[in-house]
Amino acid sequence: MSELKDHAALAENFNADELRVNWHDETLWFIRQKRDRSAHAIPDWELLRETASQIKHNVLSNLSEYLEQFEANAKANGVIVHWAVDAREHNQIVHGILKKHGVKEMVKSKSMLTEECHLNDYLAENGIEVIDSDLGERIVQLAKEPPSHIVLPSIHKKKEEVGELFHKHLGTAPGVSDPQVLTETARQHLREKFLTRRAALTGVNFAIAETGEFVVCTNEGNADMGAHLADVHIASMGIEKLIPQRKHLGVFLRLLARSATGQPITTYSSHFKKPRKGHEMHLVLVDNGRSIHLGREDFRNSLKCIRCGACMNTCPVYRRSGGHSYHNAVAGPIGAILAPNFDMKKAADLPFASTLCGSCSNVCPVKIDIHNQLYKWRQVIVQEGYADSKKTLGMKAMTQTFASPATFRLAGKAGRWFMRNVPLAVSNKLNPWYKQREMPVPPKESFGEWYRKNRK
Amino acid sequence: MTVGLFIPCYVDQFYPNAAIATLELLEKLGVQVVYPLKQTCCGQPMANSGYEHLTHESNELFVKNFKEFDYIVAPSGSCVLHIKDHLHSDKYPAEANAIRGKIYELIEFLTDVLKVDKLKARFPHKVGLHQSCHGQRGLRLAQMTELVARDFSKPEQLLSMVDGLELIELTRKDECCGFGGTFCVAEEAVSVKMGKDRVADHLQHEAEYITAADMSCLMHMEGILRRQKSNVKVMHIAEILNAQEI
Repeated sequence: MSELKDHAALAENFNADELRVNWHDETLWFIRQKRDRSAHAIPDWELLRETASQIKHNVLSNLSEYLEQFEANAKANGVIVHWAVDAREHNQIVHGILKKHGVKEMVKSKSMLTEECHLNDYLAENGIEVIDSDLGERIVQLAKEPPSHIVLPSIHKKKEEVGELFHKHLGTAPGVSDPQVLTETARQHLREKFLTRRAALTGVNFAIAETGEFVVCTNEGNADMGAHLADVHIASMGIEKLIPQRKHLGVFLRLLARSATGQPITTYSSHFKKPRKGHEMHLVLVDNGRSIHLGREDFRNSLKCIRCGACMNTCPVYRRSGGHSYHNAVAGPIGAILAPNFDMKKAADLPFASTLCGSCSNVCPVKIDIHNQLYKWRQVIVQEGYADSKKTLGMKAMTQTFASPATFRLAGKAGRWFMRNVPLAVSNKLNPWYKQREMPVPPKESFGEWYRKNRK
Repeated sequence: MTVGLFIPCYVDQFYPNAAIATLELLEKLGVQVVYPLKQTCCGQPMANSGYEHLTHESNELFVKNFKEFDYIVAPSGSCVLHIKDHLHSDKYPAEANAIRGKIYELIEFLTDVLKVDKLKARFPHKVGLHQSCHGQRGLRLAQMTELVARDFSKPEQLLSMVDGLELIELTRKDECCGFGGTFCVAEEAVSVKMGKDRVADHLQHEAEYITAADMSCLMHMEGILRRQKSNVKVMHIAEILNAQEI
């Protein structure tokens, strides 16, 4: 399956530049440390996580009722509610709204859902230009790349590279990489877009069933700037984004930014409830595989995810492979357990891109058992026939060796004899262990052999 | 009390000294230890690769080998965690279930069952402790830095009883070394990079030895140290707790 992208191969490419890997690792580790300091400042942090997890458990257990309640309340507030069964329908709905208003250009704040649906490409094919208004997203958009991280879309880019992009696209002087100058340039560039665009799309962080309102969290105020200046506001949300009541919001807002960046709260936590007079507010509720996911008992609680990215920042594999190695809208450990639900064949490699160290499950603010799900996805992927056949043969041979104590003893003895006497049998280029590591020095005697002589 | 000694397959074959130290240490502490000769592997390499369905035979062999003991002890957090989480048997369901409750990793057996509060050991060296993930996060041998909870470390508790030993501080206390079972070859580039970074942390803090409760992590880091022609050695924690250096 050489046409399929593979995490191990992509990560090997990423590791060709070791200094860059060091920089990437240190940058994200810095954020993980900020998260730790921030979490440790809240004595009841673990209680907060447990509470959030239980609230989401309730939501997932009663999802259809909360969705109907939310829809009814949103409609009563004057919001136009749409339902999309998949990415295609979502994109068609958004396109339909824009077409109705004769809109050819739209600003969009961060929405991982629209990345998942490949909305920008779809609209571009239909002659509509989308300007991503989150600074990080604008940077990767100019570079014609997908985001490499759900919270920090351009974390893989150094400021010098951003400088080059801005020189090419936004007219800054060559060689400028001062963050202050670059940010001010982006600010002016985006200001013009905000003022002239008649439609704005935002994501949704939390939708409140009780009131029909939705909450969008940003640090740059770009969602607000877009939505307030446009005639038409479209908000796209996955159906799992609900919380029952407004009083539950505090639990999540306290967890979200602390887990994501170590900030106590996002700069803007904006509540959208009803359109202004003469304006339209649309809400697109998207399933796109979530109902199927909800039906997979072992994996359903990954739908609790609030997209904070803490699991990426803590993941030693993510930090050293970069987000693009996951070839999926959502990278890292959470991406690796969400992606196989959508396309098991395409994502067959992702649950294996982990050492199962378990750090992800313990930073997760909604206590998703990420590493256990990685283990379980491995079983499903093999059972469904998406594993490499060579690997299956190897595993069967290993199983037979371990099933018979006599074979195991013989294989061990023969193996060690070979390693001592014909070291090249294993210490060669075909052995991936040996590429950058020495083989263990084989002892003359196994423990079993020693024990027979010394204790029996 | 009779303890069944479970020695992971790769320790049996490549690191017999770690197994001998485990046996001697338990015997010194007055435990009667039996090593069932027909043991092979816990089945973890298959299970973690997605082939748990192939582990029936190794599971049944494991149950047959160990069902009679009061406790089962192994010098490996990873293999013990696998047994605790995944051992099952259609032939002997009750025995398999019982084993899951009475298997202990060596360190926790010493601190929690034997309640060891002093050791006759001497190891006058600078030692870096690698917290192997499955022991730390899976068996809770030590608190992890992610959680907002009381700090503790069972391996440090035991190492502090060793005369002359100086435990070094690390910049990243509990980052994975990148071994990860078949991950170490399937994801060779990332695995090696993780290992190099872990080793560098110990070297920067002038460790003479890197120790851990899991030999697999140490085997991986040893491979990197030796490729770098470093003089720093790896040593299983049982060997240090059993050391009598002058």
